[in-house]
Amino acid sequence: MRKVHFKGVALPYLLLLPQLIITGLFFFWPAGMAIYQSFLREDAFGLSSQFVAFENYADVLSDPTWLESAARTGLFSVSVALLALGVALFLAVQADKHIRGADTYKTLLVWPYAVAPALAAVLWLFMFHPNIGLFGRLLNGLGIPWDYRLNGGQALTLVILASAWKQVSYNFIFFLAGLQSIPRSVLEAAAIDGASPMRRFWTVVFPLLSPTAFFLLVVNLVYAFFDTFGVIHSLTQGGPGKSTETLIYRVYTDGVMNLNLGSSAAQSVILMILVIVLTAVQFRYVERKVHY
Amino acid sequence: MATLHLQDIRKSFGPTQVLHGVTLDVADGEMIVIVGASGCGKSTLLRIVAGLETQTSGQVVIGGQDVSGLEPADRDVAMVFQNYALYPHMSVFGNMAYGLKIRGVPKAEIERRVKEAAELLGIGALLERRPRQLSGGQRQRVAMGRAIVREPKLFLFDEPLSNLDAKLRVQMRAEIRRLQRRLGVTSLFVTHDQVEAMTLGDRLVVMHGGHAAQIATPMEIWARPADTYVAGFIGSPAMNFLPATLSHGGAVATLAGGLAVPLPGRAGADGAGVLIGIRPEHLRPGAGGLSPTIELVEPLGSESVLHGRLPDGSPLTARLPGAVHAEGALALTLPPESLHVFDAGSGKRIEAGA
Ligand SMILES: Nc1ncnc2c1ncn2[C@@H]1O[C@H](COP(=O)(O)OP(=O)(O)O)[C@@H](O)[C@H]1O
Ligand SMILES: [Mg+2]
Repeated sequence: MRKVHFKGVALPYLLLLPQLIITGLFFFWPAGMAIYQSFLREDAFGLSSQFVAFENYADVLSDPTWLESAARTGLFSVSVALLALGVALFLAVQADKHIRGADTYKTLLVWPYAVAPALAAVLWLFMFHPNIGLFGRLLNGLGIPWDYRLNGGQALTLVILASAWKQVSYNFIFFLAGLQSIPRSVLEAAAIDGASPMRRFWTVVFPLLSPTAFFLLVVNLVYAFFDTFGVIHSLTQGGPGKSTETLIYRVYTDGVMNLNLGSSAAQSVILMILVIVLTAVQFRYVERKVHY
Repeated sequence: MATLHLQDIRKSFGPTQVLHGVTLDVADGEMIVIVGASGCGKSTLLRIVAGLETQTSGQVVIGGQDVSGLEPADRDVAMVFQNYALYPHMSVFGNMAYGLKIRGVPKAEIERRVKEAAELLGIGALLERRPRQLSGGQRQRVAMGRAIVREPKLFLFDEPLSNLDAKLRVQMRAEIRRLQRRLGVTSLFVTHDQVEAMTLGDRLVVMHGGHAAQIATPMEIWARPADTYVAGFIGSPAMNFLPATLSHGGAVATLAGGLAVPLPGRAGADGAGVLIGIRPEHLRPGAGGLSPTIELVEPLGSESVLHGRLPDGSPLTARLPGAVHAEGALALTLPPESLHVFDAGSGKRIEAGA
């Protein structure tokens, strides 16, 4: 990379300004507001507010329905991550057998990732709606009572499927790149050493992919925690009951629907800390663990 | 330890045929070097023996058993790759033990064999290291060790020395030869380097465009190359070729420059075109032969390589003893016993008395 030297400091700062403004406006300002709000409690009419220190946090963390949401979010996120990783790895291994080195395919395969959450939700809705969905009608036709609008378990399954589906293509690209960076001769050496294809996968391919897999696991968990709002909102709005209400969705219902700003702010700060921790773990682990 | 028999191996990748029928018999414990220019199909042949490629037709027989349809794992061969192909996430010990573990060899036995091979190769102190912590030469030894501990029927080497620097290459070459003799394992060694081929092989297979141009001992190939390709490929500097026309029933060849060269004991149709081959080191100073103009002298100490041109413009190389040679006119004779005669059309060798 060629270094460019500016005369003076005005131009470099000017060039940085748009990025700084955007980051400030859409990240630091709302984040700061959330932290500020989380220490306040408004009266029922929103006319006045008073400083309550950590009371909002204490309330949130001792609220059994929040803890339920947290447990549900854990189940949801782990399911989404494992499903998305598993399917992507399987597909990448199949693809790797056929398109060694073909870069154009890789670029095409990432396109599903660009589908907007709401569109992804509509797609799954058209497939699994009990009345108009292809598979929804099929299931009911086969005598399996299927209606995710009434059955909480089915609703959760559907949002997990839809959320995982959206993430598969992203994982796929990383896994495929990881697979293709494993020298062919290393796998051939293992074959000559007598390893069956299954054994080659688990003793050579998978260990060499593990840094990629770990990186993706964190990315997928973060995605499931924070980026699935759109899918849930379009498919189930957190229902039926609270059966698909994840923590991020709850921030929305408590803050925007129920106008409980203090509690909602405290919840979002808790989530913010969580994502910071996850990211820190990832940086530490990935830096130390790449072993070749 | 085993014999190897290749029967008419052919291989096509799509429409391009890469191997045009290679037949080869390797005795137990023999070291065969497959040598040829890049792209002539050496690696493909080796990979077919290993089972990494499937031949289009032909048979691979190892130790009397037809293994043509078997997976690499079931052929009991070991291979050393050009880029070593070590498992990056395993220690040196792990790399060497991998094949044994898969075959269910008891732990103590694995330990013993790996230690033994590591001592033999001088890498006993490196067993805990990862491949990335090793130098090129050490990686090479680990790759060798991984092959040795398996005690396979066949060693396959695909240009294992070409990633090493010149000095290490010479050292490893001698080491591989010693090791192969000591273990007595039948081996195929692929290289594009003719010096490596000459020094390593009990016999050489000179490959040319997917054919085995000649299969013989190094000295036999050097002394009686089967065609102009082999003659030009083996030996350095390369053999000189002089176009000529036969007369007197094949007993005399007349060079393009007008010189008549007697070819005692040979027969051929008058007017037939031949190529007279002479190695640079066989040309001797003296009148009554060729009279090239020398354009460049390369002194090598005890001898000199002279590059020049004949009056008709064709190049000529000579290697003469001594260091005092000047550029300019020179007279060289062609000792009749050192001449090789090839058919100008097919390039095949024409033997005396044939
Ligand atoms: N998998 C393959 N697909 C298509 N062509 C190949 C393949 N492997 C080798 N070839 C071609 O076969 C020829 C011989 O290759 P190779 O055996 O690797 O040559 P060498 O080892 O003698 O340099 C080359 O022209 C190469 O391009
Ligand atoms: Mg090759």
